Parts: sequence; structure tokens; C-alpha cells
Amino acid sequence: MSERPNAKRLSMIVTKGSLDWAYPPFILATTAAAMGLEVSMFFTFYGLNLLKKKLDLSITTLGNPAMEMPLMGMHLKMPNLIGMLPGVDAMASKMMHNLIKKKGVASIEELRTLAVESDVQMIACQMTMDLFELKREDLIDGPVLGGAATYIETASQSEINLFI
Amino acid sequence: MAEHTLDARNLNCPLPILRAKKALKDLPRGDVLVVHATDPGAVKDFEAFCRSTGNELVESKTEGNEFVFRIRHTA
Repeated sequence: MSERPNAKRLSMIVTKGSLDWAYPPFILATTAAAMGLEVSMFFTFYGLNLLKKKLDLSITTLGNPAMEMPLMGMHLKMPNLIGMLPGVDAMASKMMHNLIKKKGVASIEELRTLAVESDVQMIACQMTMDLFELKREDLIDGPVLGGAATYIETASQSEINLFI
Repeated sequence: MAEHTLDARNLNCPLPILRAKKALKDLPRGDVLVVHATDPGAVKDFEAFCRSTGNELVESKTEGNEFVFRIRHTA
């Protein structure tokens, strides 16, 4: 992380692997890189899902009582209870993917490619790889494998540290 | 001092900024990038982007439903 010693630095711990939670880390990483910061992302637990070669991201209504989907000029509430019905999460995920396209929001694949192209450093948590039996070849090219000490070293040199 | 145009219409955050950054990188110093966007959030974002990167925001204006930014590549 010392190519430009005067650059400000942003480090992030990325712990979630659902479609909605994938956006904040990748939006912030690409934007920070565009603004001249050196960026490091540490992917652990379900966050590792975001480094898989083939992304198949979904959302769940469970545990998310604030979720509303715009539908024909109204807002469709997604009560926790209906999230338990088969097919509801798949439907909500499809609605979200459609909205993303319609509103000109970048896909996670696009943002991830932009992050790699902007030299965002990505670290995949080795312990999580072992825990979930993930192989290096399951992940995209670019991320290096590391652990807590790797992150702490990076974080201790960063002005901004986020846990997402 | 040439002017270059970037169409960032119908793109949402953070794409207008990312596209502008990419376009600026290939511009000679002193040239101006004119960005057309429809994302209202881009107004404050381009101010912050230019302050942080040291590029000069020459003009930021609204034209109908569009936001037009003129950025001089000075960074």
C-alpha cells in the first residue's frame, strides 16, 4: 500500500454477501479510488461470496422490516412473515435486479470490475476460505489471501476504516 | 484547450463520477471535460470530487432535467 505515500487510505471489512449489502463497499471503494485514495477491502465470512467468479446475489425480506419495493407508483411492503414463504425472496431479488437495471444503477459485477481496474487491493480471509471450504480458483483473479494481521496492518495506516 | 463531452445521463451514483474520472485521466492538462448527468446527487458529488482531486469545477449548472459540469483537468 505504499505506491503513493502521500495518498489518503480507506480500508474496509466486508462481511455481508447479499445483493443489497454488496453495494456500499463497492460504491465506496470505486469512488474513493477515483478520488485518489488507496483502497483496501478485506472480505470475510459471507462477504467472500462477493469475490466468487460467478455472482448470484439475492436479498431477503427476513430481518429487514424497512424493506419496501416501488411497484406501479406505490410502495409494496415486504413483511417479515411473507419472507418465510417459498419463492418470496427469489421474487424480491428479481424485482431488485430489475430496478437496478431500470434506474441506471451499476451492477455489482460492473463495480467489482471497476474496483479491480482501479487497483483496489482485495484480501480474501484465509480462515473463512477454510471454514466454508472455498478454493482459490472459486474466486476472481486479483484478491490475495490474508488474515486479521494483514487487515490490522492496513487499517493502522488508513485514515478511514469501515466495517460493513 | 479543447473541450470534451461525457454523456453520463441516466447513470446513477457512483457511475457519473467514475466515468468522469476515467475520462479525465486521458485528457491533457488544461483541457475541459463537459459532463451531462441526470442524477441530482451528482451536483454535490462533483463539487466534492473536484475539491478532493484538485481538478477545477469551472461551472455547475442545471439545464432542464439535466446537470452540466465543466471540469478543467488540473490535477
